[in-house]
Amino acid sequence: MERMDRIGHDRRRLVALGAAAALSAAPLLSACGTGFGGGGATGGDGSAADDITGSFDWKRAEGRTVKALLNKHPYTDALIADLKAFTEKTGIKVEYDVFPEDNYFDKLTVDLSSGRASYDVFMLGAYMVWQYGPPGWLEDLGPWMRNSSATGAEWDQADFFPNLLQAGQWSLKAGAPLGRGGQYALPWGWETNVVAYNTEVFKKLGVRPAESFDELRELAGTITRKAPGAGFEGMYGVAVRGSRSWATIHPGFMTMYARNGLKDFTVEGDEVKPAMNSPEAVAFTRDWAEMVRKGGPPSWTSYTWYQCSSDLGAKKAAMLFDADTAAYFQAVKGASPASGKIAFHPGPKGPGGSLATNMWIWSLGMNARSRNKSAAWLFLQWATGKEHLLRAAVQGNHIDPVRTSVSEAAAYRNKMGAIPGFIDTFEAVVGQTKIQFTPQEQFFDATTSWASALQEIYGGKNASSVLNGLAGDLASKIG
Amino acid sequence: MPSAPPEPAAGPREEAAAARPVPAWRRSLRPYLLIVPALLLTGGILYPFGLGLYYTLFDFAASKPQPDLVGFENYRRIFTQSSFWDSARVTVLYAVGAAAVETVLGVSVALLLHRASAVGRVLEKILILPLMIAPVIAAIMWKLMLQPSVGVVNHLLEPIGLGGVQWTDTPTGALLSSIAVDVWVYTPFVAILALAGLRSLPASPFEAAAVDGAGWWFTFRRLTLPMLWPYVLVAVIFRFMDSLKVFDIIYALTEGGPGDSTVVLQIRAYLEAIRFQRYSFGISYMIVLWAVVYLVTMVLVRYLGRIQSRAAEVPK
Repeated sequence: MERMDRIGHDRRRLVALGAAAALSAAPLLSACGTGFGGGGATGGDGSAADDITGSFDWKRAEGRTVKALLNKHPYTDALIADLKAFTEKTGIKVEYDVFPEDNYFDKLTVDLSSGRASYDVFMLGAYMVWQYGPPGWLEDLGPWMRNSSATGAEWDQADFFPNLLQAGQWSLKAGAPLGRGGQYALPWGWETNVVAYNTEVFKKLGVRPAESFDELRELAGTITRKAPGAGFEGMYGVAVRGSRSWATIHPGFMTMYARNGLKDFTVEGDEVKPAMNSPEAVAFTRDWAEMVRKGGPPSWTSYTWYQCSSDLGAKKAAMLFDADTAAYFQAVKGASPASGKIAFHPGPKGPGGSLATNMWIWSLGMNARSRNKSAAWLFLQWATGKEHLLRAAVQGNHIDPVRTSVSEAAAYRNKMGAIPGFIDTFEAVVGQTKIQFTPQEQFFDATTSWASALQEIYGGKNASSVLNGLAGDLASKIG
Repeated sequence: MPSAPPEPAAGPREEAAAARPVPAWRRSLRPYLLIVPALLLTGGILYPFGLGLYYTLFDFAASKPQPDLVGFENYRRIFTQSSFWDSARVTVLYAVGAAAVETVLGVSVALLLHRASAVGRVLEKILILPLMIAPVIAAIMWKLMLQPSVGVVNHLLEPIGLGGVQWTDTPTGALLSSIAVDVWVYTPFVAILALAGLRSLPASPFEAAAVDGAGWWFTFRRLTLPMLWPYVLVAVIFRFMDSLKVFDIIYALTEGGPGDSTVVLQIRAYLEAIRFQRYSFGISYMIVLWAVVYLVTMVLVRYLGRIQSRAAEVPK
């Protein structure tokens, strides 16, 4: 009995000790930052750019090290190859990690949301600004751009294609148009979504690139039916993405959707309403799914840009409606069995001849929590500057210039002139190429669900009911 | 032969120390010191779990870094969404399908390998290979092999007129393909456990059955299977638990598509917490999944305990 009492007493003492330890640990855990994240970035109201005074000096942060997170991409290869020039110019060392695209954004998202400043600078797209901007993870680069002590005159902001600079500028308010508010990313490299086609099969079948969406659907089906009989075994009409991911919606699909004058959301005052279930959008989506069924890739629901691009190069796809870079890297001499036989075309026009094109923009951004902002800004300035971008375009494969000066440079035009139709296509669409989506934080949820809906329609479900369901679901999340 | 050096004689100080009794406070402290590692380990598990549980009571998201306390609203939302029930249905179908096929195949393979032969010994070594491949790599490998036009599977099926199968393009095809990859990776695990069980069974009942002229099927049904059942059940518990939590195989193979047809609970939790950055909602999904796995495992473990007790009661 006495032993039982002692055990009971000891247990109570242990529980009390444990509770006391837990209580005393609570403030410690809070101090360790285990509470909710977020919070300010600069530690004060003003921008760190205001601390830079005096005349502009490339050597201002000599001896510092900038840490960069990069995505595996030919644009990145061109940047890395030129980093020595940056270090010579500034005395700043650049350390970098490169991740493949499948994991890149998860890595970046987790890193930024953790509140650490593991990386000072990183690659991102305009859509990521909508996700990373509102929580305060991105440095507003506007004050840096406006400060002549921080930014050299040679950087020449007016030299950027206006739509590209605007793509990284936003007021952080859902539905508000781009081009107003803070500058959360700088244009560095981009891609227009156009049609690339195999000239050999087009010549043999006596067909021409489609000028309208109806023609494209017809053409894709015709090629799938006739190409194997014309000596192109296993070839299908048009390669477009189909995996259950936001990345399926934004290239060819969104471009053709926008050329048809369709909207993802409508904005009425403060309210953002899904519009992908309008009668016109339903008809377009049904037609797109039908085009894929009749003239698209087998196993379309797993298709990413890698498969689309390699099918064009392997002569499995007669056309590719995707990023121009995805086709370009198959078109260069010796890159693939189809190289030398790939030409570019702006793609089908919408009603009234619209060439509204959605773009992907590889931008560069700065971590709002970086403790190395002055050096990071010098890096961003150099990486988006004329000198590096011209070198990257001519010597590397940084082929869609964000600067007009690079697009007009003779060396660049000589190089790209070797690819049939590339420059003409670029010039035809550049004025109408912009982000065609409505900026809002739930972009990734909306577009992933949209891709899922597209797959269901492709699988035979009723387009109207699927898209109504999608719109209803999104309406409860966005607005 | 040199003799061992003599033990040094205990000095007066050591003798005094040996004679001195251990103070009571040290004696009472000793059990607590001994459980410190276990406490640290438990704390390391419980702290993040408790923190996660705590976060589910808020509406914490990237878009709302200073969240409001919402109580059980996240759980209410989960249970009232049709997408949750769709995911739960797919998760259960996947787990039951994968665990059942793996058990049947694994036990069958073990029975074949149990007959000692040179071929069996070689097969045993080959059998373990899928377990050495990371499931995500296996899924990517199978994704390539299941490609309708260039994949080796359709190429092999072509001679019998089945070359054009769109393996992952239909909801049923995608789910069955995912289960097939799981089966390919984990059947060896079940087979190895079952084989270990078979090799530990006593020989005498089988010898007696052979003397009595019992057939293979009778021996298997009345002797092998009942005695092997505890081993099989351990494999089933592990495989069922793992299949309920599957992420890598399905995500690498189908990303949850086509449509939402292979979005299991773990994928939905990942999308919510990481991709869409609705942290509280994503963690709530994980807590629900944890509860389901915990309850199912508890039932299975209790059943296993009963089976083992019953086996222990069998007179030898």
